[in-house]
Amino acid sequence: MFAIVDYDTGNTRNLIKALDYLKIENKLTDDPNEIINADAVILPGVGAFAAAMAELQKRDLVNVLKQVAANKTPMLGICLGMQLLFDSSEEYGKHTGLGLINGNVKAIPADVKVPQMGWNQNRILRNGPFNIIDQQFTYFVHSYYADCPQETVVAGVDYGTFIPSIVQNDNVYGMQFHPEKSGKVGLELLEKFQGVVEA
Amino acid sequence: MLAKRIIPCLDVDDGRVKKGVNFVNLTDVGDPVEIAAEYQKQGADELVFLDITATNEQRKTMADVVEQVSSQVFMPLTIGGGVSSVADIQRLLKAGADKVAINSAAVNNPELITQGAEKFGNQCIVVAIDVKKNPQGEYIVYIHGGKMATELNAIDWAKQAVEAGAGELLITSMDADGTMQGFDIELYQKINQVVNVPIIASGGAGKVEDFTEVFKRADVDGALAASVFHFGELTVNDVKAAAKKEGVVVR
Repeated sequence: MFAIVDYDTGNTRNLIKALDYLKIENKLTDDPNEIINADAVILPGVGAFAAAMAELQKRDLVNVLKQVAANKTPMLGICLGMQLLFDSSEEYGKHTGLGLINGNVKAIPADVKVPQMGWNQNRILRNGPFNIIDQQFTYFVHSYYADCPQETVVAGVDYGTFIPSIVQNDNVYGMQFHPEKSGKVGLELLEKFQGVVEA
Repeated sequence: MLAKRIIPCLDVDDGRVKKGVNFVNLTDVGDPVEIAAEYQKQGADELVFLDITATNEQRKTMADVVEQVSSQVFMPLTIGGGVSSVADIQRLLKAGADKVAINSAAVNNPELITQGAEKFGNQCIVVAIDVKKNPQGEYIVYIHGGKMATELNAIDWAKQAVEAGAGELLITSMDADGTMQGFDIELYQKINQVVNVPIIASGGAGKVEDFTEVFKRADVDGALAASVFHFGELTVNDVKAAAKKEGVVVR
């Protein structure tokens, strides 16, 4: 069972619909035991970094998610959920993240339209389970991006600057785009994550 | 590079897709879920649903349509038509919309743009603007499905809507709509000079070159069309193949 972390940030409905469509068993939950015992954990998120961290803290989920990572349970952060995996963010001040992947979340440079909204073309930088994303377009909606060491970057796109689209540290994965909104390739990427979980 | 988006628009009346020419003479062209799935196959980048004759009863039907479409079709969905409160926005987002377009209500109450943007993020608040040139050649904003002229200049209103929190603008040229003679390039050039959010051009698409032209000359982020797609005169793939040949980045 995939636990989708329920912390009242943004629309999780479409993620659930995509997992249901793929017949991947999932449950929206903020119960620490269910999250710790899940086969995989998905951290979704839309909105602002600091508010999202505050919601996680309110539910005592920060340490739960750190425990999930320490247990080597596969974990996938999506969009803001990906950004929360990093050490810190500069979105409206300096805020501490979950610290599961090295790096800092910064504003997209102002010489392009912000938010980046639409389909951008990925290139793979590190071989692994998500190789199918190479040259494919996925759907992005975000104003901040992860500035992180090259060894954590699996794939990326160009938008004003280089923007990591898939990141990884051990069993912790992040996708900046919305796989649940990226058509066929998005659904395939969710299936690839399922493959990681079953491996 | 971010791809230019090709966006079929589905006008929905009581759960069925319709498309009028110049906002009247409706012709039934079919079932929303079926059409959405077909457009996903064709490579559409996004779908816009406009609830064109929204009554309270039919608006509930619209949320059901969104719910059904978003369970089968996994691409961005923008919903508009009769959206006049934060509760309307919330209901549509909850049903599975990614963005909600506000038109007349934004003109009557610009505060709604700000409230929606603050509550849900500006990325999901689209302000839709219907524009018609007056005899002096000024672009004037129309509301209530194009039936009522306002005193607003469209370029000024576009700027004001973005300042209020709109994350995207969907601009329809009523003069071009239904003519199939191409997009109003000048209108989009003017608006693109004053805002820094994505602009979707709507009205006038008739042939593949029209899309290429509005991307190259007005640098809009997306182009929307209904009739040419619904009646099978063009497919999204035709449009993309032609745009690609001319160096436009498409998915």
